[in-house]
Amino acid sequence: MRHLRVLWRRFAGMLSKNRVERDLEDELAFHLQMETAELIRRGMPPEEARCSALRRFGGIARTKEIYRETGGFPMIEVFWRDVRFALRMLRRNPGFSLLAILCLTLGIGANATVFSWIEGILLRPFPLVTQQERMMAVTGTNRGVAGHDDVSWPDYQDFAKNCTLFDAFIVDRITGIALSVGDRAERAPASIVSSNYFDALGVHPILGRGFEPAEDIGRNAHPVTVIGYQVWRERYHGDPRIVGKALMLNGLPHTIVGVAPENFHGTFVGWAMQFWLPLSMQELFDPGGYKLEDRGARWIEGFVRLKPGVSPTRAQSEISAVAKRLEDAYPATNRGRGVRLYPLWQTPFNNAGTLLPTLKISLAVAIAVLLIACANVSNLLLLRSFRRRHEMAVRLAIGSARRRLFAQLFTEGFILAAFAAASGFALAYTCRNLLVLLLPARGGVSMYLPGGLDWRVLALSAGVCAVSTLLFALVPALQASDIDLAGAMRAESGGVVGGGRRALLRSSLVQVQVALSFVLLVGTGLLMRSLRAVEATNPGFSTANVLATTIDFAAAGYNRDRTRNFQELLVDRLQSLAGVQSAAFTGLAPFTVRSYQSASIAVEGYEAPPDRQITVESVGVGPSYFATMGIPLVAGREFARTDTGAAPPVAVVNEMMASQYWKGLDPVGRRFQAKGQWLRVVGIARMSKYRNLTEIPQPFYYTPLLQTGGGSGLEVRTALPPETLTKALRSEIQKLDANLILGEVITMREQVDRTTAFRRTALGMFALFGGLALLLAAIGLYGVMSYTVSQRMREFGLRMALGADTADLLRGVVRHGLKLTAAGILLGIALAMVVTQLVANLLYHVSPRDPLTFAAAGAVMAIASLAACLVPAWRASQTDPVRALRT
Amino acid sequence: MPPDKPDVLHGSLVLMVLRTLDSLGPQHGWGIARRIEQTSGDVLELNQGSLYPALLRLEQLGWIASQWGTSENNRRAKFYSITRAGKKQLAAETENWERISGIIGRFLRPGGVAS
Repeated sequence: MRHLRVLWRRFAGMLSKNRVERDLEDELAFHLQMETAELIRRGMPPEEARCSALRRFGGIARTKEIYRETGGFPMIEVFWRDVRFALRMLRRNPGFSLLAILCLTLGIGANATVFSWIEGILLRPFPLVTQQERMMAVTGTNRGVAGHDDVSWPDYQDFAKNCTLFDAFIVDRITGIALSVGDRAERAPASIVSSNYFDALGVHPILGRGFEPAEDIGRNAHPVTVIGYQVWRERYHGDPRIVGKALMLNGLPHTIVGVAPENFHGTFVGWAMQFWLPLSMQELFDPGGYKLEDRGARWIEGFVRLKPGVSPTRAQSEISAVAKRLEDAYPATNRGRGVRLYPLWQTPFNNAGTLLPTLKISLAVAIAVLLIACANVSNLLLLRSFRRRHEMAVRLAIGSARRRLFAQLFTEGFILAAFAAASGFALAYTCRNLLVLLLPARGGVSMYLPGGLDWRVLALSAGVCAVSTLLFALVPALQASDIDLAGAMRAESGGVVGGGRRALLRSSLVQVQVALSFVLLVGTGLLMRSLRAVEATNPGFSTANVLATTIDFAAAGYNRDRTRNFQELLVDRLQSLAGVQSAAFTGLAPFTVRSYQSASIAVEGYEAPPDRQITVESVGVGPSYFATMGIPLVAGREFARTDTGAAPPVAVVNEMMASQYWKGLDPVGRRFQAKGQWLRVVGIARMSKYRNLTEIPQPFYYTPLLQTGGGSGLEVRTALPPETLTKALRSEIQKLDANLILGEVITMREQVDRTTAFRRTALGMFALFGGLALLLAAIGLYGVMSYTVSQRMREFGLRMALGADTADLLRGVVRHGLKLTAAGILLGIALAMVVTQLVANLLYHVSPRDPLTFAAAGAVMAIASLAACLVPAWRASQTDPVRALRT
Repeated sequence: MPPDKPDVLHGSLVLMVLRTLDSLGPQHGWGIARRIEQTSGDVLELNQGSLYPALLRLEQLGWIASQWGTSENNRRAKFYSITRAGKKQLAAETENWERISGIIGRFLRPGGVAS
């Protein structure tokens, strides 16, 4: 209480400084006058009385100083004085200030941007959702099979019922829906969610309601939907009476029961959801039939929220115990099936998982750039502090404390950093949503990956800024602290011997820069080689002359027979078009983001390990699919139009499946069982890739669409460019049925390239920052070399006078520069050996210590430093000996 | 400055200022300094300059208040007066001082420590 009052009075005193000063002046003058008068009254002569009064008072200036220190906050006032002085210094040297601020802006801006990405995509990806730190993603596991699987609804309900450490289990299955807009249809991202979805997330619809428990139950029993805020504003112009109106989704009228709040985009990293549908509508929106009562149908992706104070490990062990009990209770469907919880930032089924490695690398790269920027600014400050050595020495000589010089230098650093932080934040604000641009749109819907620039990001960036201030201001401050007064006061002009320690400091700063940029160059090189290797990988099917598209039969209300008839008709008509060689339908084209069906199989004559289920993925394909895709058959035949539901069930297996389960026997003509049905193998397909170019080869089989039904993917083998074919396709489909929606038409090449987009993103990031770092390092080297040359002018002059020629001097300076670089590169090699492990999971067919890449990076670095040395070296060789020696 | 006059102890200056204002009522700085020297029979030489930061400090603590007024010779002067908190502090410090001086006194009496 008392301290508070004192603080307040001090503060008030600081604000009314001028008045306080005037009052003190008056008061002291009054005192002296009274004292003088008193002494005169006692009989002293006036002159002597005045002197005596002053003496008895004991130092006016000192009293004032003590009074001021008691009255205000001297620290703040001194700091403020330092700030103003620093601003003046920076203004006087705008080139230096701008360069330093630019370097730091890049460093701090890069960090703040990456922080905002990590915050918005990994840490707090779902705006408006409460307590995200307690949320975890739920996936299924299958013993003996790497990767993640989904969960069935009966299992999920059992987890929710039997676990005690969880607040909520919510379902959030992404789907695409078709909605009618006038007479045509449009696709939009949507989620199938459990009825507790909105309540559990703490998100309250602004109009109407969320879902009710009854809406989880029944087969297509509750055609209701909650629409997104943007849909409400744009499609319905913010109609306040929207609740209760109907809307056609996938060909069925749905009642709008609620409108989600603004900024709520669902819980799927990468997409902004526009519609939410209750679980009971699963069959309509999720392909593959009715699954709500099938414990073997795994399709659910979801999240849990742990109770407060429950650790992820405890939660995991509880839910695993429940999964074990289910495994015992339902061996037919659950043998080997477990469940795994992931923190949100590792969620495997949305884009958090796919972006994680890229973001990790971005962070490492951003930090490297910041370090390089700091080293550069440090070097600039050091150079300038040398020029200001005289000023420092004078200040020390007239009694300034060394810590005051320190404070002054740090204040200058702080101001540079403050400017850089402001422009860095502006940079981060501009770039926070940039990640979307680096990733391609899929199916015509662009991704939604906003950065989150909240107080946490700002605080962390400010912290980074403060640390970097310390880093770059420390070096000049340290060297200012050991100024040799006597030496510095002597007017110094170009001694032959430069300050040895200072030169060493500057050199090591440059070496650090060279080392860090070398590491970034190596990273760029490794990623570039990986991308080359990936792109050179043969996917096992034709890419250039095959077009892929989709036709949404479900949305137009087609049943199985109608779909099959349409497919046959369309394929016939397409094949009669000029330029089209063949066409075939498939359940799912390779390299999309959707997953294949998987089924546990039993192979005749093959004994599976007892506690495992053999699970193999498969896809349904139409007649002449293999010919269309250019996948060769190594044995047997491909599907024909005669492989219908009436004919015996057949399958084509890939080479790996053949060798793994039939071990040297010819599988053609043999049988295996899947989904309770025996399939006879009629052919063996050459290995090809299914999801991406770098996947590990896996067993796989194909079934005829005519027997399994469905098939929304269409592949066309043609020499025509996609634009031409889109038009022809659209008109053919239009002629047959105007209600069908044709998806995006792209080449398989494009489809394949989309799966490598994240590699290009990472490479782009590295190349950009690596280039930047190289530039910064070159500038640093240039600075050191020019400075050294200017210090050694007299020495050069002397050497020339003694007979050295220009080539000697040129060589000498360049050699010095390259020596610095070489030391930096050696340091960089040691560093790169360790840190390239970071990108190891992005590398493909390249060792993280690939010698060729290291050599190339070294060569690039050497060329850059040679360029940086040439100008100073040339200047050295142009020394005029007469002038150099005279000055 | 004559060397034989003792300096004012810092803590005791506070006590003297408060006591002066308590017994004489509002005073300006010179008045307080004069009074302290007089009371000591001009034995105590106050470093008058140190009085003013001390007054500011006491005011910040809320023990005294100040107001500009007119002096006996018709000049603008700052008058200090003791506050209620200051009176409480004075009582506490007086008691404290007496206790301490009593203890010191006992120490200084012949045979004081031994008994």
